Amino acid sequence: MSRSRKDWPRPLDFRDGRVDMTHGSGGRAMAQLIEELFLEAFDNQYLRSLNDQACLAVPPGRLAMATDAHVVSPLFFPGGDIGSLSVHGTINDVAMAGARPLYLSAAFVLEEGFPLADLRRIVQSMALAARQARVPIVTGDTKVVESGKGDGVFITTTGIGVIPEGVEISGDRARPGDRILVSGTLGKHGVAVMACREGLEFASHIRSDTAALHGLVAAMIDVAPGIHVLRDPTRGGLATTLNEIARASGVGMMIEEVRLPVSGEVAAACEFLGLDPLYVANEGKLACICAPRDAERVLAAMRAHSLGAKAALIGEVTEDPNCFVQMKTTLGGRRMVDWLSGEQLPRIC
Amino acid sequence: MKYIDEFRGEGPARGLAAAIAREADPAREYRIMEFCGGHTHAISRYGIADLLPASVRLIHGPGCPVCVLPMGRVDSAIELALEHRVMLLAYGDCLRVPASNGLSLMKARARGADVRMVYSTQDALRFARENPGREVVFFAIGFETTTPATAVAVLQAEREGLANFSVFCNHVLTPPAIAHIVGSPAQAPEVAIDGFIGPAHVSTVIGSLPYERFARDHGKPVVIAGFEPLDVMLAIRMLVAQLNDGRSEIENEFTRAVTPEGNLKAQRLVAQVFELRDSFEWRGLGVLPASALQLNQRYRAFDAELRFRLAPRAVPDNKACECGAILRGRKRPSHCRLFATVCTPENPMGSCMVSSEGACAAHYTYGRFRDAA
Repeated sequence: MSRSRKDWPRPLDFRDGRVDMTHGSGGRAMAQLIEELFLEAFDNQYLRSLNDQACLAVPPGRLAMATDAHVVSPLFFPGGDIGSLSVHGTINDVAMAGARPLYLSAAFVLEEGFPLADLRRIVQSMALAARQARVPIVTGDTKVVESGKGDGVFITTTGIGVIPEGVEISGDRARPGDRILVSGTLGKHGVAVMACREGLEFASHIRSDTAALHGLVAAMIDVAPGIHVLRDPTRGGLATTLNEIARASGVGMMIEEVRLPVSGEVAAACEFLGLDPLYVANEGKLACICAPRDAERVLAAMRAHSLGAKAALIGEVTEDPNCFVQMKTTLGGRRMVDWLSGEQLPRIC
Repeated sequence: MKYIDEFRGEGPARGLAAAIAREADPAREYRIMEFCGGHTHAISRYGIADLLPASVRLIHGPGCPVCVLPMGRVDSAIELALEHRVMLLAYGDCLRVPASNGLSLMKARARGADVRMVYSTQDALRFARENPGREVVFFAIGFETTTPATAVAVLQAEREGLANFSVFCNHVLTPPAIAHIVGSPAQAPEVAIDGFIGPAHVSTVIGSLPYERFARDHGKPVVIAGFEPLDVMLAIRMLVAQLNDGRSEIENEFTRAVTPEGNLKAQRLVAQVFELRDSFEWRGLGVLPASALQLNQRYRAFDAELRFRLAPRAVPDNKACECGAILRGRKRPSHCRLFATVCTPENPMGSCMVSSEGACAAHYTYGRFRDAA
């Protein structure tokens, strides 16, 4: 690719430079930012043509589309940053329909004064995440708001993917008797962000689990195309996800506390912060609901994948006109696992 | 988790459950109130009620500092932030407490109030130091557990000359509230409680001695217990034994943290900075004499109520609300016609629904499947 540099004799100052209003004005400064930063990092055939849109070849079948706005604070946290999170989050939303993600778009709202060095770090992290996931970022947009009117950077990503023939995954398909599985330990993302934000030394080694899950999903569908429901328990955690599914499907659920995978360090941090791991956000986990005959196969496929090594069967779907999600506690009692009331952790993704 | 998992084991829980079932007389009723929200939480979170025989009934008490905060006090806090334009610092669980006109500190923030969440009074002092040009007010709430930290902050603010710092004091006292729930001996038939699980953290500060008089005067046993599920179950077993024997004594299950005298240093700090109020309104219980603290004469300069001339505000509870009867053990949450209809955790009408540790909110969040069954 040959690019003329004569319009901006000086390259962008990625050491001390900062975002200013001209970077979103549609003028020369914006063109330079796009070429020297976004094109450089995301480089692919769709972006190179510098059109206002990407023209895409789409395979036959049903398409899945999802969009996700990211406002996490802090922007950089153990295990990830807003860049990788914005790629993983949208890929996962597309993948939860059983779809193979194909393309992403990215829109940036930058705050005047934001260091270009941090912006480059974020963009490079996005590029790496997209490359590793093999899902290109094919179109995008950049706007700049005045200092004090944003919080550094907000990123909105949109993704589309194609759903394999015969796959029919939806939140309203859980049926009494179905098994409930999760792909690994709960609560790491929320606790990592919270520990970072609050400067909790003892929990500083807990890393976000942010990851793209479409590979894991593909492995699961390979062994059981008839999976009923997939969902990634992000904000509101597993408890919220299960309640959403129970309501959409008109069923109840009974899970067992002793089967819930929670790491000791997350359990300890939650204890300290007064949080319940069931309600803490994950960014690299999924919940799966499938027919009993598929459960063992799906569980084995999950455990064989690097992102599902600690997968577990945690309970089953019940008949319940009230759509209550209940849990058998470690002591042998019962309780409800209700919707989150209010907000547990703000600005988590 | 070392020192925590030991108090949550399934095996010992089953053992205690079997012992309680064996020792409790099926022909009588054991109506036990856990005063503290921490106990309510453990009971709900672990489904302890399922492990008890039918003759043992647990009644959730008012010991949740957020729940007992009257609406008028939250209104005053909002007045501080919206009208006096102070920077208001509050513990996180205060932010959603409902105030008048559908407001809360959280909603006031959306209207431009400068309300910040803090984890400790040290955070509050830091905000005061970093913003010398602003009036910074700490919204102090809580039982005896949080009061010493507020006392330390006031003393430290005085030492540092932080003239922009003040405290909106809402600290309340546990023993007067327990005594009020049981009422005078004349009211005894009105009260359907046989014994109390006494506070855990509060008792680490005040010790077990302050309950002695209560047990003697009211003839109700109290067992101070830790907040872990096995603590609660052991305390229930001890209460069942006392009731079987016809004893009404103070017993201490939480000996790993509570002594008879309590934390004398913390008590001295509190005595140095605070004095008793003549009376204070408790949401759900009404106005109780000598049940709360205010800054004493020596530290009046740090009292936000005086500094900003806050007028007392009394906001009556909803007439249909049954919180008072629920807190005395005479009614259960499901008996209240507001419960789960217009009164929900998202839209609490009465004190018991305000925080997840309140009697109604705990039942709504963890146990309402039992009503459906």
